[in-house]
Amino acid sequence: MRRIISILMENEPGALSRVVGLFSQRGYNIETLTVAPTEDRTLSRLTLTTFGDDRQIERITKNLNKLIEVVKLVDLTEGPHIERELMLCKVKATGAQRAEVKRTVDIFRGQIVDVTSSVYTVQLAGTSDKLDAFVGTIGDAQVLEVVRTGVSGISRGEKVLSI
Amino acid sequence: MEKLSGAEMLVRALQDEGVEIIFGYPGGAVLHIYDALFQQDKVQHILVRHEQAATHAADGYSRATGKPGVVLVTSGPGATNAVTGIATAYMDSIPMVVLSGQVRSDWIGDDAFQETDMVGICRPIVKHSFSVRKPEDIPEMMKKAFYIATTGRPGPVLVDIPKDQTSPLVKVPYEYPKKVKMRSYSPVARGHSGQIRKAVDEMLKARRPVIYAGGGVILGDGSEYLTKLAKLLNFPVTNTLMGLGAYPGSDSQFLGMLGMHGTYEANMVMHSSDLIVAVGARFDDRVTNHAEKFCPGATVIHVDVDPASISKNVRADVPIVGPVRQVLEEMVSMIEESPDRPDAKALQRWWDEIKGWREYHGLRYEVNDGGPMKPQQVVQALYKATKGDAYVTSDVGQHQMFAAQFYKFDKPRRWINSGGLGTMGFGLPSAIGVQFAFPDAMVACVTGEGSIQMNIQELSTCLQYGLPIKIININNQALGMVRQWQDMQYGGRHSQSYMDSLPDFVRLAESYGHVGIRVDRIEDLDEAMEKAFSLKDRLVFMDIYVDPSEHVYPMHIADGSMRDMWLSKTERT
Ligand SMILES: Cc1ncc(C[n+]2csc(CCOP(=O)(O)OP(=O)(O)O)c2C)c(N)n1
Ligand SMILES: [Mg+2]
Repeated sequence: MRRIISILMENEPGALSRVVGLFSQRGYNIETLTVAPTEDRTLSRLTLTTFGDDRQIERITKNLNKLIEVVKLVDLTEGPHIERELMLCKVKATGAQRAEVKRTVDIFRGQIVDVTSSVYTVQLAGTSDKLDAFVGTIGDAQVLEVVRTGVSGISRGEKVLSI
Repeated sequence: MEKLSGAEMLVRALQDEGVEIIFGYPGGAVLHIYDALFQQDKVQHILVRHEQAATHAADGYSRATGKPGVVLVTSGPGATNAVTGIATAYMDSIPMVVLSGQVRSDWIGDDAFQETDMVGICRPIVKHSFSVRKPEDIPEMMKKAFYIATTGRPGPVLVDIPKDQTSPLVKVPYEYPKKVKMRSYSPVARGHSGQIRKAVDEMLKARRPVIYAGGGVILGDGSEYLTKLAKLLNFPVTNTLMGLGAYPGSDSQFLGMLGMHGTYEANMVMHSSDLIVAVGARFDDRVTNHAEKFCPGATVIHVDVDPASISKNVRADVPIVGPVRQVLEEMVSMIEESPDRPDAKALQRWWDEIKGWREYHGLRYEVNDGGPMKPQQVVQALYKATKGDAYVTSDVGQHQMFAAQFYKFDKPRRWINSGGLGTMGFGLPSAIGVQFAFPDAMVACVTGEGSIQMNIQELSTCLQYGLPIKIININNQALGMVRQWQDMQYGGRHSQSYMDSLPDFVRLAESYGHVGIRVDRIEDLDEAMEKAFSLKDRLVFMDIYVDPSEHVYPMHIADGSMRDMWLSKTERT
């Protein structure tokens, strides 16, 4: 099962490598990873997605919690949550394709953020599924380059992850 | 405020932590620190002959005293030589602070002379690590290092120190913090009372209970309350390899060690129990045999300070996260206050059954009449000569298992061995640490001719500091434990398990300035032991030749349950 684990940790060198080490040691893959400081510069928020059954995830979250730099963590997939990913995508846009690509971008509520005579650079935010769907619709032949930030997430409602 | 260099601050921090002794080996990257050590006399530095030995000595010191062990090594090869000892301490949750030198900050990452990314290498084998980035950070970093190493589930902490951070030219104000507060680290202080109550209810209901206690009871100073609990309830007790001494080994409620080479009765009791009270133990694969076949009828209470140890290999029905001492104490007082007691008749039937198992096997082995000595006889002779009152360190192999089976430890912190990592070469250096902690105590190192050669150079350290350790070399002329597996699982093909070209250990010991005694015949054993222990101020190396074909039994049959065991070469359950 796909999981989104969100971690609040000390913004210090070495912290990230300890987190990643716990996954690689066990041969678990990290699908996506994003990390940036929070409103409090001494803390970072790290979000990662991975696949695992309940037992694997319980073990890994217990061990993540043991890391000295980890302040708090939550498995967002355990409750209602919002997830977002940002994508920048260069799409071939020549001749008749130009209008077609523009229409597709509009349908997906993306923005064209850079334009040349043959290329549109598209910015799109949403769930990972939505970004996948956009790339699928445009088609491999048209897509020149894709950059994705990885998933970021937050729980719905009153619940907050803070110290 | 007083101004000190980084090197002086490190040494002062050790003093302020109350550290009396450190084990180490000098080199370029730590020369400023060694110079600061030279100019004081509160912290004694012990010079070993190999950095691995420094870590094992600090480790042995810690296991015997409960205080953190401290190590100082140089960068590069000094640091990498320490890695095995750090991993050994990590696996057994031993509090340790390792100071490792590093090349100058501005050279890091450029393959400077004797540079190794020690923080990177050690990441999976330390509880935490620090790198010094400015000398001002040293006092707080050291305070945190000791705090982390010694609290919660203890473990080794690495402090990596680039040479420029210790320069005598840079002096900064020094003040040692009185307290640390870390928002991201707060070990549990108490077990949940509701859970403890639930556990007590289970204990009062049990008809076939067993207490399974591990090294956590020793590390957490819980022996006193463990014993009270067992006595109060009249429950049988088994200890893991790491837990020996947590419950008095010569007590009638003690079943011996459990697990792969545990006693028949301990493993039978576990398998047949309806309640397992696991305390400071982690259901290691060497204990449980196949986890899915583990003790099918038992409710499991699991007390541990580390939440990640609970329900890792075996699901706990009543998990209790907390310090073992506090939890056990609370259990004892709840039971004392309760009018209820477990069903005495049911317990009596349980004890009758246990008696039958005890009589059936009871660690029996065959003695060779007139033939070569058995290794078990050596441990029994050691027990007799020391009246059960020695500190016994061990290496890894058959001799370790025989020592664990046949030396009855009545007190915690007396049995010192590498249980989790199984590090050959641990025995002699850890004995050094123990002897420094207790200069007047009897310290015996039970070893094999394979293991002792992994850190034999430490005989020189023992001479330098006059350590009267007794080395009991159970010489079976083979890597016995490997050979046993080859006998049992590889059709007797002894691939590389034969120790050819052994040195003359007696002359070797003598050339290091010690006493060597060789024993070949059982008739001479007791007298030789007496003689060795009567030489109170000398290291004695006893080279005792034993039957090379002996196996350790009982032995779990791989992938079976707790009760599936070989009981001798020809008999199985
Ligand atoms: C450093 C290290 N290398 C290899 C092993 C694997 N090993 C376990 S027991 C053993 C044999 C030990 O021989 P010896 O010290 O003579 O003890 P014996 O089993 O003969 O009593 C070996 C090689 C180990 N535990 N540690
Ligand atoms: Mg041997």
